[in-house]
Amino acid sequence: MTESTDVVDALHPDSLAAAVAAARAAFDAAPDLAALTAVKPAHLGDRAPLQLARRELGSLPGPDRADAGKRVNAARQETQGAFDARREVLVAERDAHVLAQESVDVTLPWDRTPRGARHPLTQVSEQIADAFVAMGWEVAEGPEVESSWLNFDALNFGKDHPARTMQDTFYLENADDTAGTVLRTHTSPVQIRSLLDRDLPVYVVCPGRTFRTDALDATHTPVFHQVEGIAIDKGLTMAHLKGTLDAFAHAMFGPESRIRLRPSFFPFTEPSAEPDVWFPEKKGGAGWVEWGGCGMVHPNVLRACGVDPDVYSGFAFGMGLERTLMFRNGIPDMRDMVEGDVRFSRAFGI
Amino acid sequence: MRVPQSWLSELVGELPPVDETAEAFVRVGFEVEEIHRAREITGPLVVARVREIEELTGLKKPIRWCRVQVGPEQVNGVICGAQNFAVDDLVVVALPGAVLPGGFAISARKTYGHVSDGMIASARELGIGADHSGILVLPPGTAEPGDDARDLLGLDDPVIELDVNPDSGYCFSIRGLAREMSAALDADYTDPASRVAVAEAEGDAWPVTLDDAGCARFVARRVDGVDPARPAPWWMQRRLLAAGMRPISLVVDVTNYVMIELGQPLHAYDAGRLTGAISVRRAAPGEQLVTLDDATRTLDPDDLLITDDSGPIGLAGVMGGASTEIRDGDGPIDVLIEAAHFDPAVIARAARRHKLPSEASKRFERVVDPLLPPVAAERAAQLLVEYGGGTIAPGRTDAGAAPTRPAVTMPLDEPDRVAGVAYPRGATVRRLTQVGCAVELATGDDGRARVIATPPSWRPDLVQPADLVEEVLRLEGLDAIPSVLPAAPGGHGLTPAQRRRRSVSRALAEVGYVEVLPFPFVGPAVWDAFGLPADDVRRRTVRVLNPLDAERPELSTTLLPGLLDTLVRNRSRGAVDLALYHIGQVVLPHAQPVAMPDPPVDRRPTDAEYAQIRAALPAQPLHVAAVLAGDREARGWWGPGRPACWADAVAAATLVGQAAGVELRVVAADLAPWHPGRCAQLRVGDWPVGHAGELHPKVVEALGLPPRTCAMELDLDALPLREHRAAPQVSPYPPVGVDVALVADAAVPAADLTDALVDGGGELLETVRLFDVYAGEQVGEGKRSLAFTLRFRAPDRTLTSEEANAARDAAVTVATQRYGAVLRS
Repeated sequence: MTESTDVVDALHPDSLAAAVAAARAAFDAAPDLAALTAVKPAHLGDRAPLQLARRELGSLPGPDRADAGKRVNAARQETQGAFDARREVLVAERDAHVLAQESVDVTLPWDRTPRGARHPLTQVSEQIADAFVAMGWEVAEGPEVESSWLNFDALNFGKDHPARTMQDTFYLENADDTAGTVLRTHTSPVQIRSLLDRDLPVYVVCPGRTFRTDALDATHTPVFHQVEGIAIDKGLTMAHLKGTLDAFAHAMFGPESRIRLRPSFFPFTEPSAEPDVWFPEKKGGAGWVEWGGCGMVHPNVLRACGVDPDVYSGFAFGMGLERTLMFRNGIPDMRDMVEGDVRFSRAFGI
Repeated sequence: MRVPQSWLSELVGELPPVDETAEAFVRVGFEVEEIHRAREITGPLVVARVREIEELTGLKKPIRWCRVQVGPEQVNGVICGAQNFAVDDLVVVALPGAVLPGGFAISARKTYGHVSDGMIASARELGIGADHSGILVLPPGTAEPGDDARDLLGLDDPVIELDVNPDSGYCFSIRGLAREMSAALDADYTDPASRVAVAEAEGDAWPVTLDDAGCARFVARRVDGVDPARPAPWWMQRRLLAAGMRPISLVVDVTNYVMIELGQPLHAYDAGRLTGAISVRRAAPGEQLVTLDDATRTLDPDDLLITDDSGPIGLAGVMGGASTEIRDGDGPIDVLIEAAHFDPAVIARAARRHKLPSEASKRFERVVDPLLPPVAAERAAQLLVEYGGGTIAPGRTDAGAAPTRPAVTMPLDEPDRVAGVAYPRGATVRRLTQVGCAVELATGDDGRARVIATPPSWRPDLVQPADLVEEVLRLEGLDAIPSVLPAAPGGHGLTPAQRRRRSVSRALAEVGYVEVLPFPFVGPAVWDAFGLPADDVRRRTVRVLNPLDAERPELSTTLLPGLLDTLVRNRSRGAVDLALYHIGQVVLPHAQPVAMPDPPVDRRPTDAEYAQIRAALPAQPLHVAAVLAGDREARGWWGPGRPACWADAVAAATLVGQAAGVELRVVAADLAPWHPGRCAQLRVGDWPVGHAGELHPKVVEALGLPPRTCAMELDLDALPLREHRAAPQVSPYPPVGVDVALVADAAVPAADLTDALVDGGGELLETVRLFDVYAGEQVGEGKRSLAFTLRFRAPDRTLTSEEANAARDAAVTVATQRYGAVLRS
């Protein structure tokens, strides 16, 4: 019976109360969460007095066992409650003090790696390409060193036509001493290549770098960028040209912009026109801004590409990207776009 | 072309205010360069007669003290620095109280010891021309002293300055511009050519033979007994001034006046200085000509010449010769007027060859109305007689004939079809008639109405229906055309190469590189600075024949020179830490040049011709390049900065590979301009696609670069396009990580040792990562230890440590076999 008495002792209400009190005292004495975690096993772990007492339940007869079980559970719940209460206090304390101590000045700069940027001409070129791709057009490119035939002849520039001298051309040394190659003076040879390479109908835009012998100053650069477009299909009219340019203007300058055409001359279009765009944010007030050239593709150009002008017709247009950026983004000096000052490109982001 | 509004209205009747006139020009296709408005001159501006001239002496420059009669009874004393006038000349004087253009106020003032009571004015001071070489002298009898000079000077006559399109040669004349204006305003039009009474003639004015097709027609008319010293009348001088020309002498002024009025350039010879018959022919090799500007010009066999028995007397259509020039003071002379029609291409080439873009060549290049020569010669002859005396000789030479232009037929509704507009009935016929076509209507075989338009002699540019369409559209107004968006067929979006270029650009920008767009022009000096051997392929460039900068006549074979230039420019502006990139074409000529074909343009080039055009062009692959200097990571509150190093350049290159979906292999290389021990070659498989690393110290020094500047350049076009990448098998089972340290010869590249581990590790090896490099006593001289983490994983089960260890041993075994690497104990 001695053994039974011991058991009864462990499960005795007083013993249980003492264990709970000891646990509470230990928990309350823990100064921080780590200490609390450290003392937890002694009172709530497998070898804690309450757990050991629970193991003795089996030795009691049925009715006693039920009573003692209830007492043990109550004691354990109380101990757990004491732990949780203390933990809550300590978590609150940590939040109040420790995290406050760990606080930093989040306004400190983290400019450890430099800021990169794409050139605004690249960005505007992609914006234009995207606008046309969205209309079902394709984007074409070509070489900067180009044959005279593709840069001039196929575009209806006669060999001695004064228009050939209008575009001040960089001529290149050729092995056979002919004026066979030039730095392309416009992206129009890409239009010819598109007509030679592709099946009709053709709707392509051609962004790219072009060259003319203008000395670099605030409004001229010998190396500049254009985007040109050409559409050849059955039944295309000048109204379609205007509609396309209107859509293009909306993409570039917002829904209030629109296009008006002035008659002009280009060897490769007939009729030819120069578009003006209504630019709501024009410096000094909304107004018309000259924006490139356009027209119906000249029948001679179609013939040089093997397209029957009696069956197919189409239009073409071209704009300078530097000029577009200058008036759209308020760039005062052409040289800003060519000198490669990182401060300039960074202002336009990625 | 400068057009005085009053000259236009003489032919089209009253015009609206100058702004509206200018707008009307813009509507029909001219660019208005500038409107020169009436210059405002307030206060007394009068005609005066010079009474006395006293040359003041003892001064640094010639100064005259003049007594000028400025009214019926009034004589003022005026100081004047010009020398081009004499007693009795009529001049224009601004009296005290007058304000000249630019706010130049005139008052009586004491100067050179006299009270100057006014100013004798030059054309420029009056705002009626550019001439400031002397004061304006009016022809005798133009006005009386004291007359108000304002009306006489035409100060209220604005001038419109226009850009004329290259296909509109006829618009280099008042005749042509007035016709355009009458069409634009639907106003009347008087053709000034029709006002000239061309007299019947007997015989030739001079014997002329045409020996070359470059001159289709040569008309000559002679005026005998002209006094060349007499001035042209003031009204003519005033119009010439307004048109931007300087009055010179009667004969020159008359020929210029007729050219501007009608568009036909004329040349006047002193007939007394001609030797025998005139003949038009090409130059003989080595032949020379002294032109009117006293320059001796060596002629090209392509040059078309006017010659007489003495040899060349003029470069046809470009400039006359000095030997037959008319000079003042010769007394009455016989003047032979030439009005010819030349092949535009011949004149264009000659003007360009001799760099002589004259008023005449500008017009001949763009084709002059071939029916004009007799009219223009007659008009000039009449004016010479009227103002220079003499008589028109009875003969007229008219050699050759005016070329004729065929009629153009097109469907009547062709303009409607091209414009997408239904024009009012009759618009096409009305507009074509306005531009001068003879128009007939007919019905075609298909039952559709057709227009048969015979273009006027001054419109050689109207050769096919599209040309007629343009006339109708521009005169009807382009504003009439609606805006209709065409439905393009479904496109394919950007090409894989275009998408790749965007990815690469963004990837570099996002890790801190700034895109720049340098020019492609370089000079041989940069190749020397790069330390390229004489036979380096990058020295083989395409040369620009007419470079803007003589020191940079070549197209670069690499993007680095431009990037390094830009780097230096940024440094000079105070930037220190720099990372720049450029994506662009380079130009690589072929070793064996291919002849460039020149196919005709009336058909598509054959496949062979087109292929040869492409083959004859240099290769122009798209490159991407980057340069770095200074710190790659900045110094800051976190600690010190990290200087950019060779590894950053290699990382930029491999990043480009990642963006392109291609894994680049790195192998050691030695290529200028890189540091021989810090140069990596990037490869796709075994195929080299570029280099990266630190630049050679000599290159850094030669180009004035910051120390340890790094660079990389890749041929983007050489990277294979990865369209549909295969998906990996992602195992959900846990990995086993094993670290190994291998000691090997220090010369064994880390990449090779890594490859050995990969090859030996088998399928269970997921990744290998080098995490430490050690060299020192513990591993021995000439050796180093490389520490790797190998990560193993099975696709279908949790790997046991025994399996992982076996795989590790297999990996190490291959490293040992290949490079003698041993596990560091």
